[in-house]
Amino acid sequence: MTALPTTTKKKLGLVIDLDTCVGCHACVTACKGWNTQNYGAPLSDQDPYGKASGTFLNRIHSFQVTPERDDGAPVLAQTVHFPKSCLHCEDAPCVTVCPTGASYKRAEDGIVLVNEDACMGCGLCAWACPYGAREADAAAGIMKKCTLCVDRIYNENLPEIDRQPACVRTCPAGARHFGDLADPTSDVSILVAERGGVDLMPEQGTKPVNQYLPPRPRDTIGMTGPATGAADTLSGEEDILAPFLASVTEEPQGFLGWLDRALEKL
Amino acid sequence: MHPAPSVILFSSLSGAGFGLLFFLGLGFPITTGWVAFVFYAIAYALAVGGLLSSVFHLGNPRNAIKSYSQWRTSWLSREAWAAVSALLVMALYAALQVFFAITVPPLGWLGAALSLATVFTTAMIYAQLRAIPRWNQPATPAFFLASALASGALLSGNVVAAIVLLLALAAVVAFHWWKGDRRFAEAGTTIGTATRLGGRVSLWEKPHTGENYLTREMVYQVARKHAVKLRVIALLMMSLLPVLLLLAFPAHHWLAAIAVLLHLAGIITQRWLFFAEAEHVVGLYYGAHIGRAAAH
Amino acid sequence: MNQPVLNLSPKVSDEIRKTTCYMCACRCGIDVHMINQPDGSQKVSYIEGNRDHPVNRGVLCAKGSAGIMQHNSPARLRAPMKRAGERGSGEFEEISWEEAYSIAESWLRPIRETDPSKLAFFTGRDQSQSFTSWWAQAFGTPNYAAHGGFCSVNMAAGGIYTMGGAFWEFGQPDWDRAKLFLLFGVAEDHDSNPIKMGLGKLKKRGAKVVGINPVRSGYNAVADDWFGITPGTDGLLILSLVHCLLKAGKIDLEYLRDFTDAPVLIDADPASPTHGLALLDDDGHKLVWDRTEKRARCYDAADVNPDLAGVWDVDGVRHRTVFVHLAEKYLDAAYTPEAVAGRVGIPAPRIRALASEIARVAFDEAIELDREWTDFRGRIHKTMKGRPVAMHAMRGISAHANGFQTCRALHMLQILIGSVETPGGFRFKPPYPKAATAHPKPHSKVTPGAPLDGPHLGFVQGPADLALKDDGTPARIDKAFTWDNPMSAHGMMHMVISNAHAGDPYRIDTLFMYMANMAWNSSMNTSGTMEMLSDKDANGDYVIPHIIYSDAYSSEMVAYADLILPDTTYLERHDCISLLDRPICEAEAAADAIRWPVVEPDRDVKGFQSALVDLGARLGLPGFVKDDGSRKFADYADYIVSHERRPGVGPLMGWRGNGEETGRGAPNPAQLDRYIENGGFAIAHIPEEAQFYKPWNKAYQDWAVEIGLFDKAAPYLFTLWCEPLRRFQLAAEGHGDRQPPEPLRARIKATMDPLPIWWDASLGQDGDGEFTVNALTQRPMAMYHSWGGQNAWLRQIHGRNPMYIPTKLWELHGFEEDGWARITSPHGAITVPVAHMPALNANTIWTWNAIGKRKGAWALHDNAPEVKEGFLLNHLIHELLPPKRDGMRWSNSDPITGQAAWFDLKVKIEKVSAPDGARSKPDSGTQKSPVGKGPDALAWEVG
Ligand SMILES: Nc1nc2c(c(=O)[nH]1)N[C@H]1C(S)=C(S)[C@@H](COP(=O)(O)OP(=O)(O)OC[C@H]3O[C@@H](n4cnc5c(=O)[nH]c(N)nc54)[C@H](O)[C@@H]3O)O[C@H]1N2
Ligand SMILES: Nc1nc2c(c(=O)[nH]1)N[C@H]1C(S)=C(S)[C@@H](COP(=O)(O)OP(=O)(O)OC[C@H]3O[C@@H](n4cnc5c(=O)[nH]c(N)nc54)[C@H](O)[C@@H]3O)O[C@H]1N2
Ligand code: SF4
Ligand code: SF4
Ligand code: SF4
Ligand code: SF4
Ligand code: SF4
Ligand SMILES: [Mo]
Repeated sequence: MTALPTTTKKKLGLVIDLDTCVGCHACVTACKGWNTQNYGAPLSDQDPYGKASGTFLNRIHSFQVTPERDDGAPVLAQTVHFPKSCLHCEDAPCVTVCPTGASYKRAEDGIVLVNEDACMGCGLCAWACPYGAREADAAAGIMKKCTLCVDRIYNENLPEIDRQPACVRTCPAGARHFGDLADPTSDVSILVAERGGVDLMPEQGTKPVNQYLPPRPRDTIGMTGPATGAADTLSGEEDILAPFLASVTEEPQGFLGWLDRALEKL
Repeated sequence: MHPAPSVILFSSLSGAGFGLLFFLGLGFPITTGWVAFVFYAIAYALAVGGLLSSVFHLGNPRNAIKSYSQWRTSWLSREAWAAVSALLVMALYAALQVFFAITVPPLGWLGAALSLATVFTTAMIYAQLRAIPRWNQPATPAFFLASALASGALLSGNVVAAIVLLLALAAVVAFHWWKGDRRFAEAGTTIGTATRLGGRVSLWEKPHTGENYLTREMVYQVARKHAVKLRVIALLMMSLLPVLLLLAFPAHHWLAAIAVLLHLAGIITQRWLFFAEAEHVVGLYYGAHIGRAAAH
Repeated sequence: MNQPVLNLSPKVSDEIRKTTCYMCACRCGIDVHMINQPDGSQKVSYIEGNRDHPVNRGVLCAKGSAGIMQHNSPARLRAPMKRAGERGSGEFEEISWEEAYSIAESWLRPIRETDPSKLAFFTGRDQSQSFTSWWAQAFGTPNYAAHGGFCSVNMAAGGIYTMGGAFWEFGQPDWDRAKLFLLFGVAEDHDSNPIKMGLGKLKKRGAKVVGINPVRSGYNAVADDWFGITPGTDGLLILSLVHCLLKAGKIDLEYLRDFTDAPVLIDADPASPTHGLALLDDDGHKLVWDRTEKRARCYDAADVNPDLAGVWDVDGVRHRTVFVHLAEKYLDAAYTPEAVAGRVGIPAPRIRALASEIARVAFDEAIELDREWTDFRGRIHKTMKGRPVAMHAMRGISAHANGFQTCRALHMLQILIGSVETPGGFRFKPPYPKAATAHPKPHSKVTPGAPLDGPHLGFVQGPADLALKDDGTPARIDKAFTWDNPMSAHGMMHMVISNAHAGDPYRIDTLFMYMANMAWNSSMNTSGTMEMLSDKDANGDYVIPHIIYSDAYSSEMVAYADLILPDTTYLERHDCISLLDRPICEAEAAADAIRWPVVEPDRDVKGFQSALVDLGARLGLPGFVKDDGSRKFADYADYIVSHERRPGVGPLMGWRGNGEETGRGAPNPAQLDRYIENGGFAIAHIPEEAQFYKPWNKAYQDWAVEIGLFDKAAPYLFTLWCEPLRRFQLAAEGHGDRQPPEPLRARIKATMDPLPIWWDASLGQDGDGEFTVNALTQRPMAMYHSWGGQNAWLRQIHGRNPMYIPTKLWELHGFEEDGWARITSPHGAITVPVAHMPALNANTIWTWNAIGKRKGAWALHDNAPEVKEGFLLNHLIHELLPPKRDGMRWSNSDPITGQAAWFDLKVKIEKVSAPDGARSKPDSGTQKSPVGKGPDALAWEVG
């Protein structure tokens, strides 16, 4: 089934807010828990109490960013926590390379899955994925990947409100959003439009469904003027009496005089 | 990419095997009886042995048979088809020669074509992968074919062809290296496009403490110096030394055998580099190749 | 071929059991999915958040979601054990509970009959302090406390002494209304999920988040603005913000006048014995100056019109209002941004810009809810005014020796702009607000064979309340409530082992600890502590004769105990998250919760509290036995239901009496079932008109009395001027009969200022300029101290803790990736891996807390990264400061509260080559694992 559907009715996926993700890894273990117990083979761990190495479908990378200002002035370094799981690409190279037909993209909702009964564990799909979203499970010998919790989102044994991915349900900061990105009126599509959501590695031509919301501009307080000072402290040259801080003490009788009049006015 | 011995052996040995079958199919040389038997034994040992070793690479060989199902889309599936058909056609062609001393040229030509096709499909498995820019170039199938033909010529004792093809191989491989060193930048994938974050971006913390499948399989890096040394060695053993031997002692069997062994060792070294030097773009998420900038 | 047919509705589980998470102290509600086993038993298959739960509303953090791995940990203890080898060796013999109890009894009974203070009973991460302290009180020892002293007592005490409530998890920002949020020194905090949920809400509304922290990670990574402050200088930054706001008159005069002690009259006559104390009327009410009537009047008179400004002579004595003192102090040029910028490491313009932003949001974006409410003076307010600037802080502020005053400074800032208990600001959670004077005082009167004279811990109001013996020596082993740290409201657990070892102030016989890894990450000077625990005297006996310890897992501390009482995991026992203790309340509701055995233990283990109930009964402790001497409670569950602290008030508030009563009511035998039916918690919502201005809000006070938080309404004024501090200062100045020892006079005078001050707390630490770099730790969000390290999933995320080095130092020392450094403090040295981090204060290094493990502990294999490269910063931190000129050694803690000053550490760095085997130093030796080692592979699917 490795021919990609020409179009899919829905484009179900995740929208991940890099402005809000605090890097807590909750989505990582929630994913591990759900998918160890559910869809297909459990996510195994080798030497779990020693030099451990295990299968995870969702991982949080952390990057440091030193923004460059047009005027070359120093800017404070930033840290960005960066969750990454399968992006359920429209043009999924992982699917077309698969010789057994185990990898496929669902025509109805665009979810990219591995049919574990057909997988021979050759690993070619993982090679084809630019994002590192597929991990061969060392114990099961087959390929594992984010299922977009296909066994949750339609699951009639779960209350309506819980029919969403485990990682989304658990994210304490609300940095993960699930929905249909084919429907411009969906909450996720609106969010992407408002916050300028982006594709990862657009040049790879995979057309990811998952979208990333970039961090909002940082360090604006006192940054009205050109920045000066070392890049670890930093100071904005706004006029020395910051707005809203006009002194009252220059008045006659100074502060207490002002206080007395102010109290009188109350 | 992690240079897995099984895969390296597979691609170099089977390449040589199918190369030999190509020449036998074309009838250079036309042999019968024991001589033919020995030639075909070597060819099948290499080709089939290679194919088998690639099966060790599978996590779940039970489903290997299913790999015939996706020939419409998957180069790996096509390779499976090409390989069996090549082997079957050539088996018939060989059997007739070995046991009945009958040669059916059209059958041979078909087998030869299928043998080359097999090598080409193998090459395309790698060449198609955009995520590995070094592989993702026309020179990849070119050198796979060149090395299969050169090995074939050498093994089949077509000295002149061998000399020419070995030199051609050297050229193609050298070009593949030269181009390969530029492919990552040409592909335009950088830590910037991977994260879509502005400014200078670098990895602060890996998502996990230990290694995982991805870091083991795809975030393999060789030291630059090391690689250059190996490239020289590969060139020498794979083509230049064998060529010199052939030029010096055209008809000397022992030395021919040594030339063959040198050549195969060179091929294996070159294949090792082919994997070890290949940078997968996923490495960016793990702090590798972050120095790389996009080509402008 | 077409796509395979999937079962999109697979069965999830056979049953969901709702209880409370305990992978950390946040106490989120969890849905534990159970799957039936062929043998009729049930197994835990998946854990997710309880959507109805007030704390987490369905979300779970990484630890909570990995709870199944904690519950199945190979490090779980299996049975009671007695030591078979030397202390520290980890050699044990499993014994029966009967034998364990009789050993414990043979040590404890004689002590109780002769001198109960020979028992030191200290508890760590536990959630049942109201119960464990009650047990200790019944036993009669003064030596009880929980871990607050080394945790964040500065935050609790600073808040309660200033405004009758604190940050910690005892209050919360108004996440739904705040427009500017300042976060000081927080990496994670106890309110783990609520803070993340709150930040999410702020981000959603586009409110501004400001992170004040030397390190920019986690919460500070998502902060819109980052102030990479120099550790230990927040007090100075805050007082400078106060300076700017005062100077510009950007303060809430109405709020200060009506709800704080700003107008209270303070004796300003240096000659008088009550200098610096408030002017009181005959029944002890504070007096303010009335602007209209021009006379001193009681602050709570219905028609009083307090004056903030002014200096008045009352009966010939000069008095000035608190506010006048305050204005004079902070308008001083010493607090201008320019004056402090260098020290705090933030340029003056940015400090001023921050002050300006606070002023702008507080006063130009003020909010008003039209909710009518009546204050304690009986005045009706048509609306609830709000200043939408919220603040939160935790150990970054409190874990410094100047932390108490810094916490007070922060609360003063909040109060000056009127953003405490007002919409958009900071809000208390029941049982707070509660004035410091409404809390008990410490008790320490020991009578052999009898209970202590009252609760151990409390809030002193002056020298008279110190825990001193008649001869003036400390009554407590940890020297809490002494002149060294008079206001140590949570005790000083971090001093117990070293004091017990030194026999100072006296020798003890039995050290009894619960849920605290004191031989490892929870102690300063870890190597030294291990030695003290295993040190022997001249005749070969251990200096600390007996050690009893309760743990659930094979921790480092287990190896140092003589008798182990194995606890269950959090899914196997009853617990009670009680209003008497640390409840799970919200700003708009009182709430409490339970844990209950959702699975039966498969080991010979017992919930520790039930074990205490057994021990209490065996020892015949009052309260634990009936008049006929027979046991009173079957187990802890029975205690939870039937114990009454005050008539009608027990551990749980929900479904009391006939099951209809909340807060007050007779014990209800069916209470726990009702909790379980309700998802493991109970909640009582605060009426709308009572949800803000709680300390002064009549409706709230009445509601609090109704549900039994207190017995009569107790409104109070916020105390910018902290009189208890002043009383100690007075003593140090020579007033009164209880006098401090000479060497401490100067320090008490200098530090115990009734108004917030700042001093450089790291001075004693820098070895006269040799050690200049600040060294810190942070909590990893996905790891809980040492106990997360046994979790197969979490340890894959945080199995390593390099020392993070800022760019400046990285380049200065020429470090490279995977490099190593030798870090030295006045006390010791460690050799550890380093990593580069740009978003970090230029003179600060840090690492993740408690990742390093001792070889043999936690059922980990010897190749575990935690054992090889992992390390503890604790080796560099000493519980005492380097000796002073006079040879005196002060404890490394806040001179006021005794809070352990973890973050005052100063070090020096050298680049070194990797040690052999790339093993970090020091090597803390090996302990034998009483539980074996974990399996070589995992694929935890429950069929
Ligand atoms: N360098 C440095 N050191 C620090 C800190 C720091 O910031 N930096 N922080 C300090 C602070 S604030 C604190 S609170 C301490 C915390 O340090 P600790 O109080 O030691 O906390 P943990 O190590 O998490 O757990 C203590 C013990 O509880 C045991 N335990 C876990 N679950 C259970 C259970 O269900 N029952 C029983 N009986 N035992 C159980 C664990 O096995 C462990 O042995 O660390 C302090 N140490
Ligand atoms: N996941 C997880 N959650 C936990 C715990 C855990 O171990 N793991 N432990 C629990 C316990 S016991 C406690 S006490 C709480 C503590 O919760 P936190 O108060 O968040 O404790 P720390 O991780 O020590 O964070 C201290 C923060 O203050 C910063 N800091 C240090 N010095 C200064 C300073 O001088 N000024 C400022 N502005 N910042 C400074 C540090 O960089 C760090 O970010 O967390 C609780 N919650
Ligand atoms: S992210 Fe990777 S695995 Fe997922 S669809 Fe795209 S290419 Fe395939
Ligand atoms: S590993 Fe499995 S899914 Fe991936 S390509 Fe091979 S057979 Fe297909
Ligand atoms: S959608 Fe499901 S499978 Fe995918 S990352 Fe989230 S939890 Fe894991
Ligand atoms: S749970 Fe949410 S906040 Fe935490 S790491 Fe995942 S996405 Fe980020
Ligand atoms: S914060 Fe996490 S670990 Fe702590 S109680 Fe909540 S879910 Fe459990
Ligand atoms: Mo703590």
